[in-house]
Amino acid sequence: MTGMSAPILTLDKVSKTFGNGPAAVRAARSISFSLHAGRALAVVGESGSGKTTCARIAMREYEPSEGRLLYKGKPVDAAGSKEIADYRRSVQMIFQDPFASLNPAHTIAYHLKRPLMLHRSDIRGAAVDEEIKALLRQVKLDPEIVAPKYPHELSGGQRQRVNIARALAAKPEVIVADEPTSMLDVSVRLGVLNLLSEMKREMNLGLLYITHDIATARYVAEDIAVMYAGQIVEWGNTGKVIDNPAHPYTKLLLSAVPDPDIRFDDPNAQVSSAEADETRRRSAATQETIREVEPDHFVRAA
Amino acid sequence: MTAPLLSVKNLTIDYIGETNDFRAVDNVSFDVAPGEVFGLAGESGCGKSTIAFAISRLHKPPALIRKESAILLDGRDVLDLNQKDLADFRWREVAMVFQSAMNSLNPVLRIEQQFYDVLKTHKRITRAQARDRTAEMLKLVDISPDRMRDYPHQFSGGMRQRIVIAICLALDPRLIVMDEPTTALDVVVQREILQRINELRRKLGFAVLFITHDLGLMVQFCDRIGIMLGGKLVEQGTADAIYRTPEHDYTKKLWASFPSLHGGVLR
Repeated sequence: MTGMSAPILTLDKVSKTFGNGPAAVRAARSISFSLHAGRALAVVGESGSGKTTCARIAMREYEPSEGRLLYKGKPVDAAGSKEIADYRRSVQMIFQDPFASLNPAHTIAYHLKRPLMLHRSDIRGAAVDEEIKALLRQVKLDPEIVAPKYPHELSGGQRQRVNIARALAAKPEVIVADEPTSMLDVSVRLGVLNLLSEMKREMNLGLLYITHDIATARYVAEDIAVMYAGQIVEWGNTGKVIDNPAHPYTKLLLSAVPDPDIRFDDPNAQVSSAEADETRRRSAATQETIREVEPDHFVRAA
Repeated sequence: MTAPLLSVKNLTIDYIGETNDFRAVDNVSFDVAPGEVFGLAGESGCGKSTIAFAISRLHKPPALIRKESAILLDGRDVLDLNQKDLADFRWREVAMVFQSAMNSLNPVLRIEQQFYDVLKTHKRITRAQARDRTAEMLKLVDISPDRMRDYPHQFSGGMRQRIVIAICLALDPRLIVMDEPTTALDVVVQREILQRINELRRKLGFAVLFITHDLGLMVQFCDRIGIMLGGKLVEQGTADAIYRTPEHDYTKKLWASFPSLHGGVLR
């Protein structure tokens, strides 16, 4: 992650603890990463690894327990209300569930009009309708057909495109996408991922792509961070991390990804439950030591 | 090929509507041999779960199985069974693992009791015998038998899923229908469970009807695969053929929609 433009958004040693005392859950432990214009960072991990907690901290839904959130180099918590409003415009989210994230009582046009009214004071009157049409065209939906419809009249993939259009309406610099395709059918997933990649390139957006599917992470993101038990255990260039994994948890995760070239009957392809448990146990311990595997590829000790 | 264990013939299922009917399954035929893992792949709404339900006779109105259909298990038509035969048939002949099976355990009963309920319903068995059988089944799925007095919430999602599979195996069924059995689980846990099922079917000889949308996983696990589209079985063949030489356009397109770990898409 070197040799790039200044980061738009940075998490600097951010931790988040829920509850207190012995029952406290350290959902995120000393998380650091940056999002850059025109680049995607994939955060991958299993349920409970803390990846959504990272997304929510980036969205300012959660206040970090420790560490700082920086927007264009400045701490966000010290910012005034005007800067916060700018932050809210600049960082937009696409949610996992395309069925729950649109209001069933409003038309698609209304969903896109709201962010325009709120964040785009330069657009008023007839220009609003024009912008709504342009946004829908951008996500490859036909505005004449889709704009007057209600969410229930659209398929999951179409709804997720509306969600993307809604995020784009605010002219964001960063998009946080939390499992944007996990609830979609396989044949429409790639279309949505391609659209996200296209938007990232064309509008120079920073993309935080949260997923449990490491294969789509490779498809979408230049950089990757593998999380386990609240820590980033390995990170760097996506190709390098996947082709040359150094952390035992990354290796375990990669060995379990469905691969049609390896049959379960193949004795060399077995994932041992005992070894998997041991890897989980080792990976869950807090580790401060970090090693550079190769340029642009880092791993935490285990 | 030996005589099939399960033979689905011309299965047609409609959902009856007020004005018109919706054909969910359209003239589907396939066989599953004893000990074989047969996969049904397709997207939501293609009818794969409707078939799974019909095989266990769990379909309810407005689903209607059309007259010319037959589901033969060892030559006996499941669709003709009366209520008593049906009660014998379920669990003993065919057991089913649902998508969110880990949530299908009763939260207020100990694991031991849930095994006992299934065992005593289907055969004469004492508490002590049931306990022995429970211990044996738990060991099969790598769960320590001394945990049988625990409640479901004391186990992780993957362990609960394995417990459900153990209950399904307790009566030695000859066919297990698995409808997206690991979709709600992480890949590592998914792999552990399916690998275990694969070992068990080699050992115990049951057949599996495996339903999922994940083609890569299906090729790893299944002997033969059927691809469904809009209620029709558009292609079936060995796992290897479906992977290396798919014939139907839809199968090819499905493959093209899976990104590969090693860059690009799978094919």
